[in-house]
Amino acid sequence: MSTNTLTNEQLKIVIVGHVDHGKSTFVGRLFHDTGSLPEGKLEQLQAIAERRGVPFEWANLMDALQSERDQNITIDTAQIWFQTRKRQYVIIDAPGHKEFLKNMVTGASSAQAALLLIDAHEGVQEQSRRHGYLLSMLGIRQLAVLVNKMDLVGYSEARFNQIETEYRAFLKSVGLEPQGFVPIAAKHGDNIANRGANMPWWQGGTVTQTLDRFEVAHPAENQPLRFPIQDVYRFDERRILAGRIESGTLKVGDRLMFSPGNKSSTVKTIERWSSLSSDVAQAGESIGVTLTEQIFVERGAVAALDNALPFELTHFKARLFWLGRNPLTKGKAYKVKLATQEAECSIETIHRVIDSATLETVSRREKEIFVGRNEVAELTFKIKRPLAFDLHDALPSTGRFVIVDGFEVAGGGIIVDDDYPRRTAGENIKSDNIYWSHGKVTPAHRANRNGHPGGVIWLTGLSGSGKSTIASELERELFNLGKQAFVLDGDNIRHGLCSDLTFSPQDRRENIRRVSELTKLFMEAGFIVITAFISPYRADRDLARKIIPEGRFVETYVNAPIEICEQRDPKGLYAKARAQEIKEFTGVSAPYEPPLKPEIELPTNQLTATECVTRILEYLHLRDAEDSISI
Amino acid sequence: MDHLTKLENQSVYILREAFNKFENLAMLWSIGKDSTVLLWLARKAFFGHVPFPLVHVDTTYKIPSMIEYRDRLVSDWKLDLIVGKNEAALANGTTYPNGKATRVECCGWLKKDGLKQVLDKHHFTGVIVGVRRDEEPTRAKERYFSPRDKNMEWNVEDQPPELWDQFKTDFEKGTHIRIHPLLHWTEINVWEYIERENIPVIPLYFANTKGERYRSLGCAPCTGPIKSNAKNVPEIIEELRHTKTSERSGRAQDKESEDAFEKLRRDGYM
Repeated sequence: MSTNTLTNEQLKIVIVGHVDHGKSTFVGRLFHDTGSLPEGKLEQLQAIAERRGVPFEWANLMDALQSERDQNITIDTAQIWFQTRKRQYVIIDAPGHKEFLKNMVTGASSAQAALLLIDAHEGVQEQSRRHGYLLSMLGIRQLAVLVNKMDLVGYSEARFNQIETEYRAFLKSVGLEPQGFVPIAAKHGDNIANRGANMPWWQGGTVTQTLDRFEVAHPAENQPLRFPIQDVYRFDERRILAGRIESGTLKVGDRLMFSPGNKSSTVKTIERWSSLSSDVAQAGESIGVTLTEQIFVERGAVAALDNALPFELTHFKARLFWLGRNPLTKGKAYKVKLATQEAECSIETIHRVIDSATLETVSRREKEIFVGRNEVAELTFKIKRPLAFDLHDALPSTGRFVIVDGFEVAGGGIIVDDDYPRRTAGENIKSDNIYWSHGKVTPAHRANRNGHPGGVIWLTGLSGSGKSTIASELERELFNLGKQAFVLDGDNIRHGLCSDLTFSPQDRRENIRRVSELTKLFMEAGFIVITAFISPYRADRDLARKIIPEGRFVETYVNAPIEICEQRDPKGLYAKARAQEIKEFTGVSAPYEPPLKPEIELPTNQLTATECVTRILEYLHLRDAEDSISI
Repeated sequence: MDHLTKLENQSVYILREAFNKFENLAMLWSIGKDSTVLLWLARKAFFGHVPFPLVHVDTTYKIPSMIEYRDRLVSDWKLDLIVGKNEAALANGTTYPNGKATRVECCGWLKKDGLKQVLDKHHFTGVIVGVRRDEEPTRAKERYFSPRDKNMEWNVEDQPPELWDQFKTDFEKGTHIRIHPLLHWTEINVWEYIERENIPVIPLYFANTKGERYRSLGCAPCTGPIKSNAKNVPEIIEELRHTKTSERSGRAQDKESEDAFEKLRRDGYM
């Protein structure tokens, strides 16, 4: 079958649905009705059917293999091409037979859109639901549902509406919003490429019109850079790191951070052979780079820019589908492949096993928990060495993986959120690869005993605005009220924990990161932490907000005009800054970015320290959300 | 990014995966347009180098100018070429042109067995092949990384899942993997790419003075030209846009029985 049309746009679609709901017949008919059949093919198959004394079946167009014609089911994912006026399509004809799920997954994982067939007579069946669920897991976001064999139900509008209502509700429960439902009779060609006369009540479009409304996916050029290294070549004098940019844009001169391992170097050249040279490469391009400083990097490393790094951990939580001959079990070693990384892994926890047809939890006895063939599960993997990864929702290419059991790819999955510690830049941060250890005393236990959960009052403002004064007053008040409270003061921190940091923007960021992590530990211990740091950059405070669980972070803007602060100048710092004895002094020679939406704002040129503390206490009293900090 | 560039990037990715994963890797080169495009893509993937040997299974019945063209490129592009022949079958003369075999038997002995002998002799565990899904229906069912068992047989009913560009790169001793970097290309894509990259192809593809050209190349006794006036690459592209006959229509061995080609492929044919 040739596809002899020049085209710049191609859309890959997968066709799924329950066995015998008419996928192959539909494809045969679609081919014929769009004028895509090779000359003589139809006549040839009609002649074969006649020779064998059987009626001609449209499905035979697809089922070219001998054995398939005998069994009357499609064995594997076959790809064929056809054309509408708008563009070229590649059809992946995915079989509906239960045992052949892995072929459907193979086909669907590379598709940009899906058509799902439901037999109008039989209605929604097990595979209809299972396929719908898998499409959502595979990240397919464009779907149309074809209600087929309308001829068998007398072209009944009521029956069509009934199926649409039922199946739309199911799709909604798995997070899929279909682009449309179309009633068809593939055998007779109704609503395939032409309307036909049998369903005058139908006001919607045909299948080809529906297809043409799908959109071709665009490469993720504007996403954070992810450049997984495939290989390192030394064929000549160049040492080339080869790979494909999975997301983002890479430029000569970019400082790349390689994860895992946190090594960095700068892009010297972008290498291509017999192509126009360019100093920029974008998502989807298979390229090579050379670096200015030679560092040890091998296959598996993921290059990123240091303002948006992937996670780098020895565990992740995922939703997984299992296709293996043997069940997925705890205690067994598997191999995980994620982008170009490979590592040994095992299951830490199976949270839930789900029947993908009913979406109900499969109940198994405690000691027999496993994930069986064609089942879906939520689980946490632990990995022998750190892996660089992203959440699938954020960056699909580095957020999905397969599991190899022995010699076989036996399952695939997507990584979901699980409160992973977020990294920031810095080559000297080495301790990210650790596990977060959960003790037997939970935050709830501590909150119960203390009478309040942990949290942080994050004071931000210019030097001299009153942060330290308010902090120590607030600490005493809370202490007197019987609360666990503790002040982390900027100066104190810089004496010890952060004595190696300067006041450059990078170091200020690192300072805030350390403080945030420290605050988090105190908070976990059940404390209400009061921090008193200038924390001049919005991005840094947002970083702190990200590290602290939602609702536990109370940004408090201690706001005084710089003239007032300078008059107060309790430490004589403004004077030194004006005399240029201090470089990068906030408000004088370095910027202060006021909060846009602080939880509390305290104009300290109008309020006394006691009034400020009262405001904070009032704020904490008024909050009653379960997870929020309140007293 | 235009469609051809997408195809190119995907093929380069696959070639690099193959090179990283297989110690004993070879690429089949039939001298035809597809495997020559594949050779060009290898040079793209490896920045001007071809870091593995090319294998040409020579039946000795190839159209003579194919061999001249082959040897010229080997010398111009500094390629490492291994020529494989089923010497025993040739010595016994059990071939179709000798009248001692059907076309399909001849393909099986000279090409399929000839290939197996080369693979065994050099212990290749990965073989890069330029087949495309749109060529004919059994090839449509291929994977990018497709395992063959110890007897080179293809179990089409039970193929590994292949998702998100994670390929089957773990395999038992004695088996080998066929790697198909052109699987997602169509015939017209191949010609568009030849035009864009200015890749030298053998002139048998261009119409001669009798108004005939080869659309698919093979052994002289079983491969016929088609009627065509397409004298250069743009004219071929224009011709293909309007044709409705299949690419292998000039290949006689496919037509011996309804499933001749399918059987050959299950048994290890390319």
